Amino acid sequence: MSSDVVSTKRMKQQALGPYGAVGKALGELDDRIGVAKGGSSFLNKIFPDHWSFMLGEIALYSFIVLLVTGVFLSLYYIPSQAIVTYHGSYLPLDGQHVTQAYASSVDLSFAVRAGLLMRQMHHWATNIFVGAIVIHMARVFFTGAFRKPRELNWTIGSALLILAIVNGFLGYSLPDDLVSGTGIRIAYSILLSIPLVGSYLGFLVFGGNFPGTAVIPRFYILHILIVPGLIIALVSVHMFLLYRQKHTQFPGRGRTEKNVVGSPMFPVFMAKTTGYLFIIGGVTALLGAFAQINPIWQFGPYDASRIGYAVQPDWYMGFLDGALRIWPSWSFHSFGYTIPFEVFIPAIILPGLIFNLIFVWPALERRFTKDHETHNLLDRPSYRPKRTAAGVAVLAFVSVLFLASSTDVIANFFHLPLSAVIWAMRILTIVTPFVAYPLTYKICLELQTTKGGGKRKTPNMVSRTAEGEYVATPAPVYVDDQHDELAPAEVPKFITAATPESDGDGVRTIDR
Amino acid sequence: MSEVHEQRTPVVLSGLSEDDPHLQPAAKNPQLVERVIALNFLLGIVLVAGFGASYWVNAKSWILGATMGGGLLFLGVGVVAWGKYLMPQGPFVEDRHPHTSPQIERDAFAAAIVERGGNVIKRRKMLGGLLGGGLGIFSVVAIFPLLRSLGPLPKGTLFHTDWRSGSYAVDQTGRRIQVGDLAVGSIVTVFPEGTQDTDRGQAVDQTVLIRISNQNFTTQKGRETWAPLGYVAYSKMCTHLGCPVGLYEQQLQLLVCPCHQSMFNVTNGAIPQFGPAPRPLPQLPLFIDPQGYIRAQSDYHEAVGPGFWERP
Repeated sequence: MSSDVVSTKRMKQQALGPYGAVGKALGELDDRIGVAKGGSSFLNKIFPDHWSFMLGEIALYSFIVLLVTGVFLSLYYIPSQAIVTYHGSYLPLDGQHVTQAYASSVDLSFAVRAGLLMRQMHHWATNIFVGAIVIHMARVFFTGAFRKPRELNWTIGSALLILAIVNGFLGYSLPDDLVSGTGIRIAYSILLSIPLVGSYLGFLVFGGNFPGTAVIPRFYILHILIVPGLIIALVSVHMFLLYRQKHTQFPGRGRTEKNVVGSPMFPVFMAKTTGYLFIIGGVTALLGAFAQINPIWQFGPYDASRIGYAVQPDWYMGFLDGALRIWPSWSFHSFGYTIPFEVFIPAIILPGLIFNLIFVWPALERRFTKDHETHNLLDRPSYRPKRTAAGVAVLAFVSVLFLASSTDVIANFFHLPLSAVIWAMRILTIVTPFVAYPLTYKICLELQTTKGGGKRKTPNMVSRTAEGEYVATPAPVYVDDQHDELAPAEVPKFITAATPESDGDGVRTIDR
Repeated sequence: MSEVHEQRTPVVLSGLSEDDPHLQPAAKNPQLVERVIALNFLLGIVLVAGFGASYWVNAKSWILGATMGGGLLFLGVGVVAWGKYLMPQGPFVEDRHPHTSPQIERDAFAAAIVERGGNVIKRRKMLGGLLGGGLGIFSVVAIFPLLRSLGPLPKGTLFHTDWRSGSYAVDQTGRRIQVGDLAVGSIVTVFPEGTQDTDRGQAVDQTVLIRISNQNFTTQKGRETWAPLGYVAYSKMCTHLGCPVGLYEQQLQLLVCPCHQSMFNVTNGAIPQFGPAPRPLPQLPLFIDPQGYIRAQSDYHEAVGPGFWERP
């Protein structure tokens, strides 16, 4: 009897095969949809290791935090501009006439358990999301990862940046508090400024003249369905292309244009990236716990005839606000029509130019360098001084505009006349790119002539000889650094490599 | 040195023997690392459980966030350390396969589209044209319900407010403003009576009423009767982007917009003094009725607020 049981157990195990129940289940799945080949190549996929390749992951994981916290918020938020008398848990507002959007935003912060935490996490995750996209893009730009064959993914990433900014603004507007309402008012006026169709656009988007009652419900459906849907779709394509084209890598030992060196997807990369998701979620939760953000109950409900001091948008809209502040009051009136250039140029034309430059950059660079090769090895930024200098110049320009969004706070803090601050910002905006470009270019050339650049320093081993003399001998270079100088392919005639270091007069060589 | 050298040469993952150095963990002292990771996980578990407990007792928001955030952080650091120090250290190498297909396949693909597809359409030009025309008309027509239904057309609405001839100026509580209510140099936001509680009133009709001393007031041409007894009223909507011009600098007699710092000189027709605003704030003609109430002679004579195309 008992031997029968043993034998059936053994037989069962034999029937399952060497990999047990899991192997059996995988086999059944493979019979039907064929997962074995693709699955194992997925698990064996190699990811190059470099800290800068995690920047995109920050964006991805803060987006996941956004989705989770956003679903929570959507269960309590009411997208309505109907006026109600507030009788909620925040007593200072008791009896005030506020919109339902505002009342529900305040109540979900105070009356719903963990509501305030979720709202603050959602807001923080947005700021991190957009910031991570920008830094990730900078990494891709300065290392030349956008070059053929990855131009399409650069384009998708740039579109994602725009969508992230737009959705951030839409979400920021939903609580209908005093600050966000002012932001909507400005957005409406920016729509109005577009020549020919501006007033029609404004009326169609807002369902009539400002403020109307349609804008909050419309922004809501855009914010929680349409724009996130687009973002999810584009992120999926972004990831698929990354998977198909494989990741770029820095040049190094055993690394060529035709291979990828790093850790396998399973289990190493999967462990690291999952841990990273937890870390991002954890940091966001800590920020949500300890760093107050957007206290709408202090701002009060939106009332178009009221306003506070230091009205500023979230950081990613700062460059637009700064541009609006420092642009001169050049309005065009003629033939019975007006073109509000004082708004149209800084708020529509300028961001249009910046984003178009981002979109066309890969094509622009192909054209100037006549480089139509496929590149999988990354550039060191200093070896592409013109590209690096151009990128730094644009970033510096946008940063000054960002700084200009706090002219009033700067003037107040340093006790300066506001007009002086604005003039300083105007001058800085124009001058900064022209200083940043040659400076960066020069620094790049200097870095090129630095021996051992990009390699870790090695210790000197000091030994004492029998005669009592101390001798310092440098330890050998780290194994991973034993590759040639990072000069991948013979490309660009356009890009002049710096003359290799000669020890002639006036040439400085730095040994590290 | 040479052993390390050996280890750091990238190899292909599949088919490695189990004792290959590439499959060894990167940590020099795996036991210690394991303990540290276990400690991380333990702290993570305690904090995550603490999150549950603090939710249960409805603790303060920061306690919820601290326990959840700390828990996730410890778990995350543990998992990352596990992957970094206790898993096969590699490095491993994988070939890239070029995406470019052989010329023959490229030709076949292009031919299928250009020749097979092209021939079908070329042979039936009329059908192609009709189908294209139908889709073209539909794509234009489809815009109407999608776009036109969104809102009314502006028509003349941007040129008018609710101020009428004889409108009483009331403050936010609905109280009519009388001569003597304001001291010289003070300011109040007023609305045409009946609109002070409405969205439109607050957005479009908002007006600042300032009492200035007559001696330093410059009257604009054609506006001689608009500011009786030093009571002058300007639209509160900034001509830059429509923010309420909410800051009144009494010493300098300036109205300042807090959004983009446009400044308007209230003693001189609210001409922009500095900043991005291109036009003066429109002035509302006032009169004082026999009972001493401040009322409007008429609506504004121009469109209030920011610029737009149709504005002359």
